[in-house]
Amino acid sequence: MMLLQPGFLASVPVQNALLIGAGAALLSGAAGVFTVLRSQSFAGHALADVSSAGGAMAYLLGISPLLGFFSLSVLGALALEVIGTRRAAERDLAAGIVLGAGMGGTALLLYLDVTVKGSAGAAVSVMFGSLFAAPPGLGVAVALGALAGLLGLGLIYRPLLLASLDSELAKADGVNTRLLGTAYLLLLALAVTLSAMAVGAILSTALLIGPAAAALRLAHSPAAAMGLAALLGLFCAWGGVWLAYQSYGWTPGHVWPVSFFITALVLAVYAVASLVRRG
Amino acid sequence: MTPALNVEGISVALGGREVLRDVGFSLAPGAFCGLIGANGSGKTTLLRTILGFTAPSAGRVTLGGAVGYVPQKLQLDPDMPIRARDFVELGLNGHRFGFPFPSRARRARVEELLSAVDAKTFADQRIGELSGGQQQRVLIAHALIREPKLLLLDEPLANLDLRAAAEIIALLKRVAAQGVAVLISAHDMNPLLRAMDRIVYLANGRAASGKTQDVVRTEVLSALYGYHIDVIRVHERILVVAGEHGAHGHEHVAAIP
Repeated sequence: MMLLQPGFLASVPVQNALLIGAGAALLSGAAGVFTVLRSQSFAGHALADVSSAGGAMAYLLGISPLLGFFSLSVLGALALEVIGTRRAAERDLAAGIVLGAGMGGTALLLYLDVTVKGSAGAAVSVMFGSLFAAPPGLGVAVALGALAGLLGLGLIYRPLLLASLDSELAKADGVNTRLLGTAYLLLLALAVTLSAMAVGAILSTALLIGPAAAALRLAHSPAAAMGLAALLGLFCAWGGVWLAYQSYGWTPGHVWPVSFFITALVLAVYAVASLVRRG
Repeated sequence: MTPALNVEGISVALGGREVLRDVGFSLAPGAFCGLIGANGSGKTTLLRTILGFTAPSAGRVTLGGAVGYVPQKLQLDPDMPIRARDFVELGLNGHRFGFPFPSRARRARVEELLSAVDAKTFADQRIGELSGGQQQRVLIAHALIREPKLLLLDEPLANLDLRAAAEIIALLKRVAAQGVAVLISAHDMNPLLRAMDRIVYLANGRAASGKTQDVVRTEVLSALYGYHIDVIRVHERILVVAGEHGAHGHEHVAAIP
């Protein structure tokens, strides 16, 4: 078997998938470092679940899935801020409640997708992703979104790092921690949206926290961890796309879900990083 | 000379309860002042009010310049990948936006601060791996790098052994000698007595302040607590002991040279 079949890079769905996977993995990896440092992985998961309502809504209204996912995850981020993020325990409660409301909305919208629009595949696609079936223009949109997100992350990097280390100290140093927390949640909303484009809403947390947690075990500074997490995420995303492409030959006529391969690689990367750190 | 800190008759209420009542004192540049009181006496509230985190219901706080703050301990994972050196640098530019590009001047300034607090030997270790005393030094360097006029420390000695505490006090004395007013909160004034030239003693939400020997006295502390307090000098130590009406008071044992 050739490592790269000649058709692989020439295929338009593959090119689109690689672009979406890259955008999602780079931003999620870098932003995920702060998600892990700030113990906000549950909030990230809640935003992803809320965004699935937007994905279901996009099917119903016939709009771009990117727009659907992103608008709802921003709404989720704002809801988290309004309900309260003062104490860690309160934050988890807020995330749980917002998550519940989001998934309830998803249940309704997916029901309407099937009954009104007759899109039976919407549920699997929204929840678990369908990277090879993504609309052709989505790759460029995701790449631009990732670029904007990475620039935003670079802009707030220092105050965010200080606030993630010690929020009171950051305040004493003149950081507006409240505003910064909101800005970060919005970036998180963008990251999980892009991830949801690649692996679906339910699995998007995998790209967010897996590569970041692995990188934090290996890197010697937060900036290095961000770079490494982005690269590890890219490896998982592209490796997943490649493996899924190969799977066409394993069960002729069928391509295995890309999301399966990407999340399996995320788990493998994390396991290896843990072993390296311990060894 | 403009005071580094002027607290004028501030009262602070938290959740309907008055935590501080008409507290006033002033610190000149270079003052070394202990903020002493039992747990729950309002030390942290007073520090938070000076930092501007809590608004007083009456009175006001005036600062002579920038304020450096040293929290008791960083609540972080030992695996957090940040070196002591990078943490000190965040004191200089952590509040600024934009990705940091390396600069020689900044690196030199960080080196200067690391040697001022004797932290060069562990500058490249992760802060999570440092001992309590080492972490305090790094926190102090972080707070000093922007040249504050006032340094606030929240219970810096609470988790330190006697030797590490003595070293931190010596370091803070050097800082004060350079003209920075130093305000240290402590529930136990014992280790600070030799070093501090001023004291702010908090009890019942009120404060007595001045020179240590003028404040730590039977009449002054009795008036502050609202019941009889004995300040007893025994064998170069001062014991501050609740009197017969002080069933709800705390006992405070302290030594003075």
